[in-house]
Amino acid sequence: MTEAAPLTSRLETVREKSDAPFLVGLVLISSVYILLIVAMLAADASFTSPHHLLEAMNTPEIQYAVKLSLISCSLTTILSLWVAVPIGYLLSRYAFRGKSLVDAILDIPIVLPPLVIGLSLLILFQTPPGRFIERFVPVTYAIPSIILAQFMVACAFAVRTMLATFGQISPRQEHVALTLGCMRSQAFWLVVLPEARRGVLTAATLAWARSLGEFGPILIFSGATRMKTEVLPTTVFLELSVGNIEAAVAVSLLMVTAAVLVLVIVRLFGQEEAIR
Amino acid sequence: MIRIENLTIHAGRFRLTDVNFEIPTGEYGVLMGKTGSGKTTILEAICGLKRISQGRILLVGREVTHLKPASRGVGFVPQDGALFPRMTVYNHLAFSLVIRKWSREATDRRVRELAEILGLGSLLPRRPEGLSGGEKQRVALGRALAFRPEVLCLDEPLSALDEDTKEETYELLLSVQKVTGVTVLHVTHSSQESAKLATRTFRLVDGAVTPMGRAEERL
Repeated sequence: MTEAAPLTSRLETVREKSDAPFLVGLVLISSVYILLIVAMLAADASFTSPHHLLEAMNTPEIQYAVKLSLISCSLTTILSLWVAVPIGYLLSRYAFRGKSLVDAILDIPIVLPPLVIGLSLLILFQTPPGRFIERFVPVTYAIPSIILAQFMVACAFAVRTMLATFGQISPRQEHVALTLGCMRSQAFWLVVLPEARRGVLTAATLAWARSLGEFGPILIFSGATRMKTEVLPTTVFLELSVGNIEAAVAVSLLMVTAAVLVLVIVRLFGQEEAIR
Repeated sequence: MIRIENLTIHAGRFRLTDVNFEIPTGEYGVLMGKTGSGKTTILEAICGLKRISQGRILLVGREVTHLKPASRGVGFVPQDGALFPRMTVYNHLAFSLVIRKWSREATDRRVRELAEILGLGSLLPRRPEGLSGGEKQRVALGRALAFRPEVLCLDEPLSALDEDTKEETYELLLSVQKVTGVTVLHVTHSSQESAKLATRTFRLVDGAVTPMGRAEERL
């Protein structure tokens, strides 16, 4: 027992220091960024008034832009899910030659400058196959171009989300389903997809929010024609360019509200899932 | 009967060559081996979940080597159960019957019957979340047995259970096998499980399977 004493005293030589500086640092850095986000939105809100908002909402151009934005974003979201779910599942479950190349290609829309995406789409529809399509469906400078421009970027984010989602779901459950008599498609619909619900919802939200804010590719590929290819970001741009800052801010706030609403809905849905 | 003939499997660096063994119909076979020895790989090959390079797999006199998992009629209980998180216990037990388009009444009858055998009656409306390890394992067992397979493959079914639950599960596995007459391949690293359950034991060492004789011969 007597020999235990020096051991203990040696342990005590580690001087106790405070964790406070570390924690204070964490809180300080975090709060600067969070404050900046909130301050940005607060400044927007203080710049406008309900009167401005109502006035903006009453102009037919902005009403058109709201409608077009809602419709195009929803269509883009559906298209993105339709593509992202199969791609995500395929890449997460099957190994094949050139997989890493496919994976890298899928990141291109995320890293490309938005303007370049718009320009590339514009050029694509000047090639013979592009022109062939245009003979039947006018795309460039028309509404389909808006959906395509939104889709190119939004889908890449949806694909990333679905890839991560399916990657987190163990293939073991599917294997069991196969032994129980399922075809691969049945195992997918009955076992995998229900498990991936939250991922699908997140992918949809992300795709919707990305499309709502998409501007660069749309400006180049769809133009900024009032009452024709005008979505909400186009409105902000057009109003700003004629010096109508109140309307620009009003429309911006509208988009902020829509984005926050989507965020809240997803959070609520996520919590409900967690409780179950 | 489960018969493995000259089975060869390559999976990355891992390799099993020329594996042979047979479990006669209605017997309880235990395949023992250390972690990483390839016992799960053999089990998955029997279920059709692992591609094999060479050899044949025969189940109940039928060659299944190139059949899809769905056509093999093997009840599979993977390690940790791998239950479907979004389904109720009832739906787990009914799953293979719904796939086989059983009538609602027949499915319901079978589910109640299984719940009775496995003591899952009160858990039928529950989801896997919150079930105990033993309960989960019983659900996985019921799910695998629902369509009355002639072969049952169990991958370390007892490894996650505490001692008391293990004892109960030994009884349950033995009585289930007696009632159904199913041919079992049970994979484990525990010699205790083998002693309690096996009518036939095999050992997998360095990629080779050797029989350890029938239980009664050993006793």
